[in-house]
Amino acid sequence: MIRFLRDRKVRDYFWQGLATVGLLAVIWFFVQNASENMLKAGMATGFQFLWRDSGIEVPFNLTGYKPSDTILALLWTGIVNTILVSVVSIAVATVIGFSVGLLRLSRNWLLSSLAGFYIEFVRNIPLLFFVLFWYFGVLAALPTPRESLGLFDAVFLNRRGLSIPTPNDLAGFRIAVVVTLVLIAVQFGLSRWARARQARTGRDFPLWAVGFVLCGALPLAAFVAAGFTTSWDVPTLRGFNYRGGFVLVPEFVALFAALSTYTAGFIAEVVRGGIQSVRQGQLDAGRALGLSPGRVVRLVVIPQAMPVIIPPITSQYLNLIKNSSFGAAIAYPDIVSVFMGSALVATGQAVEIIAITLAIYLALSLFVSLFMNWYNARHKLVTR
Amino acid sequence: MKVFASAVSAAFLVVASSAGAQQLAPSPTLDAIKARGHIECGVHLGLPGFSFANDKGEWTGLDVDYCRSLAAAVLGDATKVKFTPTSVQQRWAVLQSGQVDLLSRNTTITFSRNATLGVNFQGINFYEGQTFVVRTKAKVAAVKDLADATICVAAGSTEEKMAADWFRERNLKVTVINFQKNDDAISAYDQGRCDAYTAGIGALAGQRIKFKNPEEHQILSEIISNDPQGPVTRWGDERWQLIVRWVLNGTIAAEALGVTSKNVDEMKAKSTNSEVRRLLGVEGKFGEMMGISNDWMFNAIKQVGNYGESYERTVGMGSPLKLPRGANQLWTKGGLLFTPPFQ
Repeated sequence: MIRFLRDRKVRDYFWQGLATVGLLAVIWFFVQNASENMLKAGMATGFQFLWRDSGIEVPFNLTGYKPSDTILALLWTGIVNTILVSVVSIAVATVIGFSVGLLRLSRNWLLSSLAGFYIEFVRNIPLLFFVLFWYFGVLAALPTPRESLGLFDAVFLNRRGLSIPTPNDLAGFRIAVVVTLVLIAVQFGLSRWARARQARTGRDFPLWAVGFVLCGALPLAAFVAAGFTTSWDVPTLRGFNYRGGFVLVPEFVALFAALSTYTAGFIAEVVRGGIQSVRQGQLDAGRALGLSPGRVVRLVVIPQAMPVIIPPITSQYLNLIKNSSFGAAIAYPDIVSVFMGSALVATGQAVEIIAITLAIYLALSLFVSLFMNWYNARHKLVTR
Repeated sequence: MKVFASAVSAAFLVVASSAGAQQLAPSPTLDAIKARGHIECGVHLGLPGFSFANDKGEWTGLDVDYCRSLAAAVLGDATKVKFTPTSVQQRWAVLQSGQVDLLSRNTTITFSRNATLGVNFQGINFYEGQTFVVRTKAKVAAVKDLADATICVAAGSTEEKMAADWFRERNLKVTVINFQKNDDAISAYDQGRCDAYTAGIGALAGQRIKFKNPEEHQILSEIISNDPQGPVTRWGDERWQLIVRWVLNGTIAAEALGVTSKNVDEMKAKSTNSEVRRLLGVEGKFGEMMGISNDWMFNAIKQVGNYGESYERTVGMGSPLKLPRGANQLWTKGGLLFTPPFQ
């Protein structure tokens, strides 16, 4: 027995096993304790409430949710809304962040000071203020429904949001999407073939021009054709508001604008730090090889800066996802607002609802971390 | 035989242990209140007329007055109460966790709350009715004119569900936007995000003064629901629940019997009405039966007043809200207020 424990591997497993059992026991104790006490206090427990009718209206949803659906459907709507605003904000925050970060390093005094001002301004203001500023700022700037700004009598902008027409029949659009996907696949194959041919024979291929036609012009034509063959649900002013079509609500716009501009300030600093971590000698070497300044940035600086940039940028992405819960302050129907707000008060099952919400944020964050780690590993600098 | 034996032993125990004084069921809440010297009362974050802290930090309102009456009845001093402002979302957790002894905050009595939250409703101190506030220039005369409108509402309130149900039943389409806080919903409506804001008619009368230009808004007189509201306690500790329920009944009974803060001394000394005498502790030992002073309702009425006095001062004609009594009038005068007899 003693000899058995002298084996280091066995010992490691033993302690880890013990720690796991201990942790599970602690969790089990808390769950047991909570449910026992809640039962004593006469509070409902369990997850059956998820299948109850919700009766809660969600004005902005992409899942086709109706108030007569279950609370589970409401939860799903909340998750989709959280993911939607997070994904769009992450994309735009990255673009703004990289641009501002690069501008911060510009030799042009005005540009670099403006970028510096933006970064300092954004990083020193609480996000809640930012969200409320965008929300009430946007609302105050927009006209009332009766004085809407219209475009071609089809698109309308007012305090209730941006109303855009939607097609009544989606069949044509499905075909157009499939066609686009096929064309993108063709373009990928073509580019591999062209690269192989160039390596073999040295002959160039007008890849960009072909790609523009294949992935830009042809799908556009397909979508226009699909648009002409179907009828449209055009927003019209009925009573108080524009009805019909799809409404992009001001809550979404305000939250998206706040999250992307706010996070961009942090990303900009990360990008600046990453780029400055590349040694001057590398730039000099690049220039000595006769590369143009743009190519020095693209081929020498960025590849070496990325491994420094990606880990901190990942935590900014995770922050953004978690910060999307600020939408609850302006009635954006994200998971916190509809599930931890409306559903919690309607059912009163706080422990279960908060546990579910926690698990969902955890899952989202772990997924983003995994993806970014994979991306980082793929783009790791290969040193020879 | 067994039942008889246990009954005999129980009777013996009572006689032996108390020798005259009445044996009371344990009440941890009441013991805790007496030990700490004040009542912890959960109120609304700020609703003029019901629970609102003025510029000196003093709480006023109908719900606040009820807690003061309770403090006067239990501790003999209406000022021995601490108010904890709670939001729509916090209120249940604050009560369930024992942070407050009771809630008195415009909370509507519903079946599912009673059945699943581990809370009990101890009577009705205000009959609220849900309605809408709209801009006067929108020319809305009835609730059904709000078809296709956008409505701001506080998430998790009974009004949220009620408004959605009401329009759905009539096949009218409205957009309901749920804000986490009443005040956010009000300012969003004021900013023009919504065509209407919905809440109880009593709550609206008070909230209206928060608008930038109150005279540009109109409260619809049509009521789409009847929402009874009253003090809420946790399950368990029946003796505390008893006190909460009967202090409320006592304030209503006092109005019905004509006992006011002004004539209460005289009534106590001279009244020949035996119900008045029992209420004020001259006859019987009603306070002691619950484990508090026999002067309980005398103190409450002397220091805070009866229900009618409190109503007029906080939401009625003596207040800026100027709400008529309506359903909140005694049943003998055409209202719904009624109290079981003090016998």
